[in-house]
Amino acid sequence: MSDKQLKQTPLFDLYQHNGAKKIIDYGGWALPVHFSSIIDEHHAVRQKAGLFDVSHMGEIRIEGEAAEKLVNLLMTNDITSLEINQARYTAMCYQNGGTVDDLLVYKLAEQTFLLVVNAANIDKDLDWIKAHHMDGVTITNLSEHIAQLAVQGPEAVNILQKLTDVRLADIKPFRFVQNVQLADVTDVLVSRTGYTGEDGFELYVSHDQAQALWQALLQADDRLQPCGLGARDTLRFEAKLALYGQELSPSISPFEAGIGFTVKIDKSSDFIGRAALMKEKQNQPTRKLVGLEIIDKGIPRHGYKVFSSSNQEIGFITSGTHSPSIQKQLGLALVQAEYGKLGTEVQVQIRSRLVDAVIVETPFYKRK
Amino acid sequence: MDLPNDLKYTDEHVWVREEGDFISIGVTDHAQDELGDVVFVELPEQGEQLSATDSFGSVESVKTVSELYTPVDGEVVKVNQALEDTPELVNESPYQQGWLIQIKPANPDQLKQLLDSQSYQKQLSEKE
Repeated sequence: MSDKQLKQTPLFDLYQHNGAKKIIDYGGWALPVHFSSIIDEHHAVRQKAGLFDVSHMGEIRIEGEAAEKLVNLLMTNDITSLEINQARYTAMCYQNGGTVDDLLVYKLAEQTFLLVVNAANIDKDLDWIKAHHMDGVTITNLSEHIAQLAVQGPEAVNILQKLTDVRLADIKPFRFVQNVQLADVTDVLVSRTGYTGEDGFELYVSHDQAQALWQALLQADDRLQPCGLGARDTLRFEAKLALYGQELSPSISPFEAGIGFTVKIDKSSDFIGRAALMKEKQNQPTRKLVGLEIIDKGIPRHGYKVFSSSNQEIGFITSGTHSPSIQKQLGLALVQAEYGKLGTEVQVQIRSRLVDAVIVETPFYKRK
Repeated sequence: MDLPNDLKYTDEHVWVREEGDFISIGVTDHAQDELGDVVFVELPEQGEQLSATDSFGSVESVKTVSELYTPVDGEVVKVNQALEDTPELVNESPYQQGWLIQIKPANPDQLKQLLDSQSYQKQLSEKE
C-alpha cells in the first residue's frame, strides 16, 4: 500500500493502536474502512455510540463585510436567516443547477462563516468560491489546521458530557457552541450535527489537539467505539443522507437528489443556479432519487443500471448495500421520475442478470 | 493468517481440498479478512458445468463484490446451501463450514498448477 503519497489526518498514527483494518485511499486520504467490523460498528452507532475521524473534511472560512452576501450568492439555501452559532446544510450549485458540493455553513460571527466541505472537493470549491470573490471578503482554507471528530449515537450526548461542564443537552440540532473545553483540550467547536441518522456531535479542534481529544473520548467511556469509513457509509445510506460523487454531482441537481429542501428559490437575493433551478422546479424534475429493495437475490451497487419491468433502461444505482439495520439488500437509484412511485416494480442489472426490485419508502431508517 | 498445509491454493485466493474424485473449494482466510463482513454469496446450481476461465459466482461483503473463479473445469456436484441464510460462515470458518462448492474435475491435470500453502503464503507476503 502506497500510504506515503496519501494524505494523513492527525489521527493516522493512532489507527493501528485502535486496531484499524484496511487503510484505503479515500479521495486521496489514507483512512480506515473499519476497526472491528463494518456491521459491528454500524450497530454500535445505532445502539450506543461511535467515534469517527472525519478530519479529511475541508474547512473554508469566509469573513468580512460582504461575507454574508458572498455566501448567500454561492449557496442555494438562505444564509441570511442564520443566527450566530447556528449551522445550515446547503447545496452549492453551478449556473445550470448541477451541484458543485453539498456542505454545512456555520455562522461563527456576524461577518464570519465557516464552510465544511467534502474532502475530495476542497480545491474545486476554493476555486469556485474565489472565482466569485467580492471586495471586503477574505477567503481562507483552514483544512490543514482543523481536525474533525464525530461522536454519533444515542449515548453520544451522555458520553461527551463526561468531558465538559457545558450543558450539551441544551444544544439544539444544527446549533453549536464555540471555544468549549473538553477534558484538557481547548477551543473546540461542539456542533449538534452528524451524518449517521442518529443524535450526535461533530467536534472541530486544532490539528495539534486532535490526538488528545480522540484519546480522551475513548477513555471517558468504553461504550464509545472507534468506527471507520465503512460504517459511516452504511449509516448515512440508511438515513438517505447524500454522498457527493454518488447521489450528487455536477450533472445531478439538488432537486433530483432529493435535497430540494436546501433550495430556497424565493430567498431575498439572487444565487448561482437560481434560474435553472426555478425552471426545473416549475417543470418538475425529470429524474428522481428513489429507494429500492431487491426482492430476488443480489446486492445493488453504485453504477448498476436500473430497468423498468418492460426492460427499458430508466436510471442507475447511486449507492447500495446490504443494510445492517434493515437486513435487506437496498439501493438508492436515480431514475426517470415516472418510475418513482412507491411499489413500482423495476429490475437492477447485477453483472449479467436482471434482478427484480421494488421502489420503497425512504429514508430506509428513521431514528425513533 | 490460517493456511492449512493439506490444502492447495490459487492466486485468486481460493483454496482447494482434494477428496477422491471430487474437489471442494472455498475462499482463503486472507480473502475473507480482506472482504470484511460477508453478507451474500452467489453460487451456481448443482449440475452446472464450470469453466476455469469464467467467474462462477461471487462473494459480497458490505463494501465490495469479489468474483469467484474455479481453478479447474468441471461439474458442480454439491453446493453449500447453508451460505444462503448464513453467509457469515465464510468469515467464521473459511476452510470448514464456509466451503462454497464441490466439483468433479473434467481435467484433473489442471490441479497440478495449484500452489501449496508455502507458495501461496509467499505470494501474500510479496504483495504486502
